[in-house]
Amino acid sequence: MSGTGGRGWLAAADGVLRAVFPALSAALLLVLATVPVGIPGLAAAAALPPVFFWSVFRPAAMPPSAVFGLGVLQDLLGFAPLGVGPLTLLAVHGLAFRAREVLARQSFLRVWLAFCGFAAGAGAAGWALSALLAWSVPPPAPGLFQFGLAAGLYPALAWAFSRAHRAMRRAEGVA
Amino acid sequence: MIRLSIPLRQALARLSLPLLIAAAFAVMLLGKADAVLVERARMAVADLLSPLWAAAQEPVAAVRGAAREAGELWGLRAENGRLREENERLRHWHATALSLEAENALLRRQLAWVPDPAPQFRTARVVADAGGTYARAVLLAAAPQHSIRKGQVALDERGFAGRVTEVGSRSARVLLATDINSRVPVVVEGSRARAMMVGNNASRPRLQHWPEGQAPREGDRVVTSAEANAFPAGLPVGLVRWSASGAAEVELFARLDRLDVLRLFDFGLSGILAPEAVARPEPARAARR
Repeated sequence: MSGTGGRGWLAAADGVLRAVFPALSAALLLVLATVPVGIPGLAAAAALPPVFFWSVFRPAAMPPSAVFGLGVLQDLLGFAPLGVGPLTLLAVHGLAFRAREVLARQSFLRVWLAFCGFAAGAGAAGWALSALLAWSVPPPAPGLFQFGLAAGLYPALAWAFSRAHRAMRRAEGVA
Repeated sequence: MIRLSIPLRQALARLSLPLLIAAAFAVMLLGKADAVLVERARMAVADLLSPLWAAAQEPVAAVRGAAREAGELWGLRAENGRLREENERLRHWHATALSLEAENALLRRQLAWVPDPAPQFRTARVVADAGGTYARAVLLAAAPQHSIRKGQVALDERGFAGRVTEVGSRSARVLLATDINSRVPVVVEGSRARAMMVGNNASRPRLQHWPEGQAPREGDRVVTSAEANAFPAGLPVGLVRWSASGAAEVELFARLDRLDVLRLFDFGLSGILAPEAVARPEPARAARR
């Protein structure tokens, strides 16, 4: 950090914003996904790409506590039984973090394919948990629709996130 | 900040994920154990975000309106022909309805009929999709001093849409008729057979439990029945359609994927709600009066 106190304060605030931006933008994405556009279940599908992306490429910005908070927000925004969101998102975060060494070096297409696998697992886990908590078997079609939505949303969101990631790395390289 | 040694900090970081997974299980148990707490948390989040959604409605509604206009311009001629034919049919029914109304008034005078009180209604705007993946519900924005209560029936301009399940201080959640937990007692108008309309998260709820030998016919009109004091009778619901797999389904009049404004009718009926819901019909609000 540089000498004068004012410049140091600004750089510190900048650093805080950089640390907080991914989780905040994911929360904002969740809230915007519940605007009624005629697509049911958009919120749960919109939560998966940010959690996966930031867990793989910048895990410091998506700590488990932020993932837990996103999961609880996802459940509270919808009418799902509480606990489905945190569990599936924490599982995605944990597995993506473990696979980080392999995934961070792959091309975009391979990462997208890996994400499709994660989204399918999350859809199946969400279905199983909903069945367990509601004690009745829900139809599997919404889960498949959620998987398709998440896989379709990933490229656009990943493009935006990677631009942001590059900007943040540039800022940190300079500072 | 407490200064921790680096190995300790690393150990804590590695521990946080299992701890939070355990916390997720704990939250799951809490959700099953204390439904009222979860409901209050849900409505607190909805109240907090409701102004944001109401503000986002304008641009979204503009875009959807533009898309709808484009679609309508595309099918203008066919739509015109269909409307002309429907107009002819409706003129005929208008004449029939006028004569029936006159006959009705005459018969009422004969019987010294006491009319039902006109139902009170309030209109609320749909601001968010509040269902998630395995539920179908919408969120309504309400003024701070609203009088929406649990159990009120919500109607589209064309027919029955759902019921209010949760109420906050600035918003209310309506469970739609297509949700898997929605069970509505109905009457098939052709045969006056009672049946149950059960949602299954698809676009058409299923019709079940009609009496033996009175299977509903394709195209019969379905209205709500006054069974068990849970619903006001006679509200239009939809038409019977038999699916390809042989199940009776109801094609709802209400357009649930394009809800803009819902009318909430308070008929004063509270049947088949949990006891604690009826004991506390007022939403939790800071005591100001």
